[in-house]
Amino acid sequence: MKGALGQERSWARLFIVFVPYAWLAVFFLVPFVIVLKISLSQTAIAQPPYVPVLDPAGGLAALKEFLAGLSFENYALIATDAIYLISYLRSLEIALLSTAILLLIGFPLAYGMTRAPRRWQAVLFMLVVLPFWTSFLIRIYAWINILQRDGLLNQLLLALRIVDTPPGWLSTDTAIYIGIVYSYLPFMVLPIYAALERMDETLLEAAADLGCPRWKAFWLVTLPLALPGVIAGSLLCFIPIVGEFVIPDLLGGSESMMIGQTLWTEFFTNKDWPVASAVAMVLLCLLVVPLVIYQHLQTRELGKGA
Amino acid sequence: MGSADANSAKPANVRDRPRRKFAPWADPAARPLVRFEAISKRFGEVSAVDNVTLDVFQGEFFALLGPSGCGKTTLLRLLAGFEAPDAGRVLLDGEDITAVPPHRRPVNMMFQTYALFPHLNVAGNVAFGLRQEGLPKREIAARVAEMLDLVQLEGYERRKPDQLSGGQRQRVALARALVKRPRVLLLDEPLAALDKKLREETQFELLHLKDRLGLTFVIVTHDQEEAMTVADRIGVMDRGQLVQVATPPEIYEQPNSRWVADFIGDVNLIEGRVIEAGPGGTTIESDSAGTVRAAASEAKPGSIVWVAFRPEKLRIAREPPPSPGGNCVAGAVWDIGYLGDFSIYKVHLDNGVMMKAAAPNTTRLIERPIGFDDRVWLTWAPDAGVVLTR
Repeated sequence: MKGALGQERSWARLFIVFVPYAWLAVFFLVPFVIVLKISLSQTAIAQPPYVPVLDPAGGLAALKEFLAGLSFENYALIATDAIYLISYLRSLEIALLSTAILLLIGFPLAYGMTRAPRRWQAVLFMLVVLPFWTSFLIRIYAWINILQRDGLLNQLLLALRIVDTPPGWLSTDTAIYIGIVYSYLPFMVLPIYAALERMDETLLEAAADLGCPRWKAFWLVTLPLALPGVIAGSLLCFIPIVGEFVIPDLLGGSESMMIGQTLWTEFFTNKDWPVASAVAMVLLCLLVVPLVIYQHLQTRELGKGA
Repeated sequence: MGSADANSAKPANVRDRPRRKFAPWADPAARPLVRFEAISKRFGEVSAVDNVTLDVFQGEFFALLGPSGCGKTTLLRLLAGFEAPDAGRVLLDGEDITAVPPHRRPVNMMFQTYALFPHLNVAGNVAFGLRQEGLPKREIAARVAEMLDLVQLEGYERRKPDQLSGGQRQRVALARALVKRPRVLLLDEPLAALDKKLREETQFELLHLKDRLGLTFVIVTHDQEEAMTVADRIGVMDRGQLVQVATPPEIYEQPNSRWVADFIGDVNLIEGRVIEAGPGGTTIESDSAGTVRAAASEAKPGSIVWVAFRPEKLRIAREPPPSPGGNCVAGAVWDIGYLGDFSIYKVHLDNGVMMKAAAPNTTRLIERPIGFDDRVWLTWAPDAGVVLTR
């Protein structure tokens, strides 16, 4: 009786463990393997537009032939042609700089939200989340309207007599930064807000009681306790910004491309699926690095006390 | 033990037989360490502290006792500097510290929630205050080690607060506040989060620590037993006002109002009119208990007063007293609360009033001699009742 029940339980447990793994396998691992495979293929005028293609009916000989057809040529191309390196570096530069700007704006914003009177906090929280009610694409198109030569921004600057001749905002890096910072701000504010919100107010009183002036308590207590939120928010912004495509494509200029745009061009303009896939694989590897570092820091932090 | 004189000269080491004679508040020449001077604090419409004047003396263990919302915590926070008074002054050692910010006051607080820094380990938490003083590293390490030893937490230096039990956290909070050697240690409901057994142990440890370090403690509590156990004096607060300040026995045996009598312990109250009052005793005519003789008072004849007496001062018996006089009522047992050492009897008097009597269980009989609905007589000595005029 008890054995049967135990059996049933272990089946239930197995099932619960199995579901997320199955999900990951179907929606992450399989596509990943497909992209990896394509990145090792060569472009061809065919359907699909690359070779080799595995013929499952061909047996072992076909598999051997298939494996022989794979190569690292595309990766070699990415490594040698400067256009890719420049693209990656530009993406990293934009992502780093925007994350820094986001942090500079987001932290005070989140801090201010937690300091606001209780009844205001829900309203402020709603205001941060509100942009999500409109489609991302529409909001970026709205920015085109604001940033164009006779757009709202220039009208305002002219009216306030800050400028005499309207500057061109669109197709500049400034426009990219404006678009990115605007779009990603909630992802920076919310984790920091959550971390600060959890903080016990009496900790600051305790710090004061122990002889620590207010400004110093911010560095010694508030900031360390907000750090997990700062790291989470930074990763939440940095990683997708590196691969950002829509914002630089709509607001930025054409002189140099972010890696997402390069990938898009390879895929849709050049119809070179293998190189596009290789670009994607390299990007993935680049983004795994900060994640692994973060994970490492977290486990070390957890292990420290034991 | 032989050097009693040396001990009395150095109050820091007095532990052996000291507490009874310690009464600086009775000495008009004694200078208080802390003085609240006509202090008031309002929060919007609510008057949290209303014109309170109070002296606390060096080496004293002072308890602020009252129901929640009575202003006791606000008074403590006024001393810590977290609140600024609307009126009045706070003096420490004769010096006005009303305008001094909390981080410059030589007092330390142990918070009810402990408020340990979660990102620092035990040693880091205890060292926090010393680091603010800019002491050399070696001295900080030595004092932290000494303090952790004192609260029996050696070996836990590297633990984070969330890896400690409630009792251990409480000790870290205590060590963190004590390590700065404050002029006054403030304790805000320090034991509220501990279970009963641990709480009782810790109460005695606090007493021990206070005497060993020669410090002054001000504790805020809503637990009257706790206040009675630890305090040299208790200040009872109600709705922002200090209603009585006295030693625990005085508070218990000579409450100055019905409110205090009722708040501290159990009490029976008899309302009546004063017939005669003087140093020999007070005689009162009441509806519920006839003529009642109580302790001496200065109540005016003809005025309405209340006689308060504690349940354990009543004698409960199944036979009427041999010499019927005053101070005797009869009724039926309505309810019995068996507490092991004591039993509490709720007696329904013939005139409808309910009275409580407590009697020690001196025998091991499982069937108690007094049962439900038994007819009983309650008697009490003339000096058992205290006369209250308000």
